[in-house]
This record gives sequence, C-alpha cells and structure tokens, in this order.
Amino acid sequence: MYNSPLPVKFINVSKEFVSHESRHQVLQGIDLEIQSGEVFGIVGPSGAGKSTLIRLINALELPTGGRVEIHGSAIGRGRELGAMRQKIGMIFQQFGLLSSKTARQNVLYALELAKAGTPQTRRAKVDDLLERVGLSAHADKYPAQLSGGQKQRVGIARALANDPGILLCDEATSALDPEATAEILKLIDELNAALGLTVILVTHEMDVVRRACDRVAILEQGRLMEVGTVEQVLFSPQSEAARALGLHLLPRPADDGSGRARLRLTYFSDTVASDVLSAATQGLDVSLAILAGQVAALKAKPYADLIVALDGPDAAASVSRLRSRGVRVTEVVS
Amino acid sequence: MSFFSHIDTLEIFLATSDTLIMLAVSLALTVIFGLPLGVWLWLTGPSGLTPNRFVYGMVGLVVNVLRSIPFVILFILLIPVTLALVGTSLGVRGAIPPLVLGAVPFFARLVESSLREVNHTVIEATKALGASSRQIVIHTMLPEARPSLIAAVTVTAIALISYTAMAGVVGAGGLGDLAVRYGYQRFQSDVMLVTVALIVVLVQLLQMLGDRLISRFHRRTTPN
Repeated sequence: MYNSPLPVKFINVSKEFVSHESRHQVLQGIDLEIQSGEVFGIVGPSGAGKSTLIRLINALELPTGGRVEIHGSAIGRGRELGAMRQKIGMIFQQFGLLSSKTARQNVLYALELAKAGTPQTRRAKVDDLLERVGLSAHADKYPAQLSGGQKQRVGIARALANDPGILLCDEATSALDPEATAEILKLIDELNAALGLTVILVTHEMDVVRRACDRVAILEQGRLMEVGTVEQVLFSPQSEAARALGLHLLPRPADDGSGRARLRLTYFSDTVASDVLSAATQGLDVSLAILAGQVAALKAKPYADLIVALDGPDAAASVSRLRSRGVRVTEVVS
Repeated sequence: MSFFSHIDTLEIFLATSDTLIMLAVSLALTVIFGLPLGVWLWLTGPSGLTPNRFVYGMVGLVVNVLRSIPFVILFILLIPVTLALVGTSLGVRGAIPPLVLGAVPFFARLVESSLREVNHTVIEATKALGASSRQIVIHTMLPEARPSLIAAVTVTAIALISYTAMAGVVGAGGLGDLAVRYGYQRFQSDVMLVTVALIVVLVQLLQMLGDRLISRFHRRTTPN
C-alpha cells in the first residue's frame, strides 16, 4: 500500500532571500545526505534556517545555489512538482488544517487534490488513515473542536494520504503540551517502523531529537555545524553548537564551592540499573558526589548522564574502573 | 390633513421594487466581476501565489482611481458608456452600469483583503499536498475565506443601496429618486421620512441576513 521510503540529498545548497532593500543569506554550503527509512532531525536555534532547509525538500522554497535531489532526481516543476509533492507528506507547527472542513474532509481533500481512486476507495482509505492515527471517534469534528494533539493527528493522516515516501515535520510538536508531544512522537516512531517512511524532523528542542531521531544535523546561522548519530552528537560533540545543545538537556550542576574537578559520566542501557557508581568507589580512597544528572532515553535506549565531583588519592583508579565498565568519562570545563 | 397626506402607497411600492431590482442586478454583476478581480489582486499581490509587482500595481491603480471618484460624478462621467451599453442613462436600466462599475473596485479590494487573511500555513499545507494554483484558489482560498467573503458581499450590498439612493439624484429610479423628487423638491417631508425609513429597514435586513450566513459558515464555534 505504501511507497518505498525515499532518500534526500543536498548538494552545496545555499539560499538567499533578496528584497529590494536587503539580502539575507539563510543557508550556506549545505551538503547533507538523509538515508531512506531513517528518522533524521534538524536542530538549531530559531533563525538558523531549519524551516527553510526542510522547505527546500518539497520545493516550498527553491535554492538559490546547489541542488536538492530526492531519490537521485532533482525536484521538478509544474505538474511534475505536484506529483512529487504528493509523495512527500508534511506536517506543521500550526497544523494547517482547513477550518471549513471536518477532520474526515481534511484527509479526503488530500486524495481529491491528487485525483486518486474512486469516491468509494477514497472514503475507505480516509477511514483507514483516521483509524491509524487513532482519530476515528472524532472524524466529523471541525478543527476548532479538536485539541492540539488531535489536530496534529489529522495533519499526519492527511500527510500520509497519498502514500508518501518521506514525512516532513516542521516543528510539529512545538505548539503541543508535553503529553501531546509524547503521543505525536510515539505515533511518528510507529509510522516510521510500520511504513518504513523516511522522517525528517525540524525542531529547536534537543529533547525531541533525543526521543525521536536516529541521526541529527545541527544548524546554526545557515551552516551545518555537525551531522551524526544522536549518541555521537550528544556525548562526543565535535562542535561548540552541539556541545551547547547537549548541555541544555542536563540540569545545571549546583556549585559546591569546593573547586573540585567535575566529570561528566555517561553510560547506557544495560549499565543504567547496575552498580557502576558504587563499584567505582569500593575499597578506594575517593569521595564521589553527584552534582547533577538524569536518567533518560535515546529513542528506547535508556542512559544515565551525570555530572559528578570525584576526588581523593585514588581518583584516577576510580576513573579507570568506570571506563572499564563502559562509562564515558569526560572533564567538564566550567 | 394628516402628516402622511402625500404618501402614495403604490408609488412607494414601485420605488421600493425598483430599488430592490437595481440592488439585486448590480450586486450579482458586482460579485461576478469583482470576485475574479479580487482573486487576481490577491494572486499578484505581495502575499499571493504569483506576486507580480507590475500587474498588481497597474490593476491596483485602476481600482484606486475608480474608487476615488465620488459615485455621483462617476454616474455622470459614465453616461456615454451607459448609453452605449443599455441604450438609456435613466431609470433602473440606466443605473446598473454605473452602480456595477462603482461597486466592483470596492468589492474587489474587500475580496483581496479577505483572501490575505487566510492562514498562511493552510495555503502552504495545500501546496505541500501538490495542489495547483487553480486548486488552491478554488478549493482552499474561497472556502476558507467564505465567512469573510459573505461579510464583503453584505458590506457591498449596503454600499449599493446608498449608491442607488444617490443615483436617484441624477435620474435613476427607486427610493432615492422618490426622496429627491417629492421629499426634497416639493418639500413633502412625509415622503422623505418614509423613504428613509424604508432604506433603513432594507439595510438592517441585509445586515441581519449577512450576519446569519456568516455564523452559519463559521467553523470556529461548535455547529448544530
């Protein structure tokens, strides 16, 4: 039923907005390959050019330099562009639902615009889609009668109507409360797994990336600062921008006034529930104090991320014990 | 002799029906010509689908020039055109061309601003679904702007009533004509009063009808 997932490639892409009094370079020298079937995040502060970048994929914006290729071919024009856009679903922060149509009619609209199938097959498909996003009970409500999370579900059902290979999410959870955000991210994850859809997700929240994405690109002032797996970018960042975004996720350590060296300890799934910390100090002349930290998950993979103060004559031995147990230990420069 | 001694019910009835005919015909023609013109203004305007500063500027200029000519003057200026189009510049028929030409630019601007108010994300979402410009206008813009377009028609209808009354001064029929010929030129205050009252009632009825339609099509609140 669904199309095969599609890869996206940016080749030296730049975008400049020119008005009569000013020119503004929004994107510069973007080289990026998004693989088919992955959940790819684009993260950065507001004004970094994220939304422009994602809009280049379905040609809501056109690049002023370079090329964007989908499955190896450049984006077409005219009728061809319409057909291509139908294979790229998109959801928005402000949902973009027609207020004059019910949830059902909004989803049906996508099929009508594409002139896909007969009225009967369309109706059946709309019912399927609404059920898939868990909205069958609200099919005949207008957007004004739905909650934010429900509206975004309609948006997702509409975006999936023409069996796309790519789903673009432009700050799709930024207008939602934490609970609805969690539900929508879970739905996106399920769709990615069930349909093998390539998902490209723009957000300013590293937390969304951590929960939903396989790989991530960090964008700042129109340039790519870093591209890698979420784990790499969070725990061994190469750029200052990535470091800053990763640290945002950690609670700020309390200043204990001692001036002791601070270490950041990060360890994954199987070790989270284990006794790494007590084992690291057992029988050694060290004191270990946790200054800040959290236990969270990358997609479904739990990890602990702690900032600690560790000192005493045997501190070095303690660190090597931690490392031998698979804990990533880095110095924190404050 | 009572205050209402000059009232001729038949004449008032005929004048009212003349006004209603002028209103209905000129409103229909205004919508037929003004809606596409308004869509064109929006399309070529700064927030439209196909911005074109030159076209927008030229069409906008014509619209503004027509809008800035006072209606009575426009009526007189158009007499040769009116004669050529409908064969007379008097009565109900003679009033239609100037009424339409006076109202079309006004209505077109209202249509343009109604379309501009449509949520930008909705337009973008429709584009992302692969819709053509034609589909966007017909299936997204017009339905989404419907309440505001109905309000535009209502405002235009009320403006047209006031135009028909003014047209009475320069030879058109209807309630305005009655008010001028009897109420003004013959000092028959009762006729003046009745015509004014009828016009007020007409305007009220139109506004109520418009408001009702708007709330019927508004989906911001719960229907049923």
